[in-house]
Amino acid sequence: MTRNPQLNKHGELIHLLSIEGLPRAVLHSILDTAGTFLSVNDREVKKVPLLRGKSVFNLFFENSTRTRTTFEIAAKRLSADVINLDIAKSSAAKGESLLDTIANLSAMHADMFVVRHSESGAPYLIAQHCAPHVHVVNAGDGRHAHPTQGLLDMYTIRHYKQDFTNLTVAIVGDIVHSRVARSDIHALTTLGVPEIRAVGPKTLVPGDLKEMGVRVCHDMIEGIKGADVIIMLRLQNERMSGAMLPSAGEFFKNYGLTQEKLAHAKPDAIVMHPGPINRGVEIDSSVADGKQSVILPQVTFGIAVRMAVMSTIAGNNA
Amino acid sequence: MKLLIKNGHLVDPASGRDEPGDLAIAAGRIVSVGKVSADFRATRTIDATGLVVAPGLVDLAARLREPGHEHEGMLESEMAAAVAGGVTSLVCPPDTDPPLDEPGLVEMLKFRARNLNQSHLYPLGALTRGLAGEVLTEMAELTEAGCVGFSQADVALADTLVLQRALQYASTFGYTVWLRPQDAYLGKGVAASGALATRLGLSGVPVIAETIALHTIFELMRVTGARVHLCRLSSAAGIALVRVAKAEGLPVTCDVSVNQLHLTDMDIGYFNAAMRLTPPLRQQRDRDAIRAALADGTVDALVSDHTPVDEDMKNLPFAEAEPGATGLELLLSLALKWGDEQGCGLVRTLAAVTSEPVRALGEALGSLSSSAGRLIEGGVADVCVFDAKARWTVQPAALKSQGKHSPFAGYELPGRVKYTLVAGHVAYEAG
Repeated sequence: MTRNPQLNKHGELIHLLSIEGLPRAVLHSILDTAGTFLSVNDREVKKVPLLRGKSVFNLFFENSTRTRTTFEIAAKRLSADVINLDIAKSSAAKGESLLDTIANLSAMHADMFVVRHSESGAPYLIAQHCAPHVHVVNAGDGRHAHPTQGLLDMYTIRHYKQDFTNLTVAIVGDIVHSRVARSDIHALTTLGVPEIRAVGPKTLVPGDLKEMGVRVCHDMIEGIKGADVIIMLRLQNERMSGAMLPSAGEFFKNYGLTQEKLAHAKPDAIVMHPGPINRGVEIDSSVADGKQSVILPQVTFGIAVRMAVMSTIAGNNA
Repeated sequence: MKLLIKNGHLVDPASGRDEPGDLAIAAGRIVSVGKVSADFRATRTIDATGLVVAPGLVDLAARLREPGHEHEGMLESEMAAAVAGGVTSLVCPPDTDPPLDEPGLVEMLKFRARNLNQSHLYPLGALTRGLAGEVLTEMAELTEAGCVGFSQADVALADTLVLQRALQYASTFGYTVWLRPQDAYLGKGVAASGALATRLGLSGVPVIAETIALHTIFELMRVTGARVHLCRLSSAAGIALVRVAKAEGLPVTCDVSVNQLHLTDMDIGYFNAAMRLTPPLRQQRDRDAIRAALADGTVDALVSDHTPVDEDMKNLPFAEAEPGATGLELLLSLALKWGDEQGCGLVRTLAAVTSEPVRALGEALGSLSSSAGRLIEGGVADVCVFDAKARWTVQPAALKSQGKHSPFAGYELPGRVKYTLVAGHVAYEAG
């Protein structure tokens, strides 16, 4: 098999495309670096000059305000020039192919592409076809990966729980369609979490997920019993009724996280969510706003983690 | 033109011949096999010392992309690719644009192919008009125009009632229906269901997409009496069902492609679109079952599933990339590679690409049925002369086909074609 395209021949990270296949040391190093950036975010002048003079292009082939904004803030705090391109509404709509778009933007001397795309694997195609000095960050591709979300989730867990090797983590909801779940699962297994549970109905949590090294649970209580960390996933609108699920209401009844269900987890369990949350669909407001929720700190950590990712890959050459 | 091929190693799977000898050809026909009488005056003599002399290959699935996709592979380049691969007869599926659903289209294609004077072309007619799965085509007219069977190509027929009617109608006249067993709804994914598709976040095609379709086809065969050729099986479970159906005596034959014979979904690696294929690559146990079934005869024929795809249509995210790979020039080498690895010997190996596919075609070849795919006195002189020991490295850019995408790029493969004869004339000669 060909070499992992996100590493150079010295094993250093040059793109961030997926967490799968990254060594534990690389993950810890990014999390450590993120820790140092967290203090930058508290300073009056929230900037460091690590990416001064570099151009970061946010290429969002699929809409996302939140993720794009956090990448933009992260890049600006590293002193980069940031260009936001809403491709979904421009080139692609005019029929330009993905690689033509990339070639054109490369000609504008981009140094880094932050890519979101609706198809799994699109950032790999871009990384293969852009100039060697250009770095690619996957900001979410299809169902495949959302590695910066995975890393910020790990940062959050490490912040609250310190050690990964004695944890039980439950991921609840639409796992089969979730790039966040895949990145979390790869990160958690790499970091040595002994018990990862995937919780949801069989349509959203099919049995073959076992092959990713998780325990599949179709019962919510069994799934979160004794958990240290509960990661709730967003249920996409288009899945709320149809052949996957009959209704949002029925989903909430079975799998929505309420205070009552949360009581089955460890008393100090933390509740996470990649956002944006659907109150009353996957999570009850009292839990989302409750004392075990770390949903807002996740957002704060997300900026530091994205700064760490961008500065790490920018410092390594192909 | 009188041609003498001397000192070769003759391999004729149909008769089991596997021995040194000469081959004499005159007026497009084989006049003697083995010993050639001393008074045969050849106008050209080919020295085949150290080479295998075998029947020309018969490929049951090669897309030539005409009419409609001329930019992806014109008849000329793809026919050149065929003879460069030692393929002297090819069956092409009807998924052209427009589909081969009218006699005029078939006649035009046959006419254009005849003018190129290369491999014999046997089109499959569309089973339903426009492959839309609603209205039957004029099968008798299409047969007269030269179709050797009727097929839905890769377009699954969702309506079981239409499929039943199509099988009833085809069996009335003894036509073979060629079906790729795939459920119309379960088959919508882009990679085989399994660990790899799950990890990469690619939509999966489960094995039951194939087995449910097979169960349906076999039940319909039982009530209609239709003869069916199953195209490109992909799973161990599917192979097992075919084995049972054959034991029961159903008139069924089947093929697998070189891709499924050698590759698995692990070859997709990091979203390599060269591995975007239909049917999707499955797991190792499926590949093992396919390899064993081709060796024991459960699977009748090995096909190239040649599908030239334009560069622009492959340089896309995996799911959006067009399925297919070039294959005509690799068929012989990939058959030999399998034969070596499986330990089947040259006779059985070549049977899978010569006499067995002809048997699957059956009566549809008409007067050629008795001689195609074999070395037989009085038979049409379709011959492939190759060096079984020579090894070469697949460099897609160097292929004659306009399809420059191969999952086997960079592979070192055994077997190099030296001469291809079609109806007695040298259609290809290695430079």
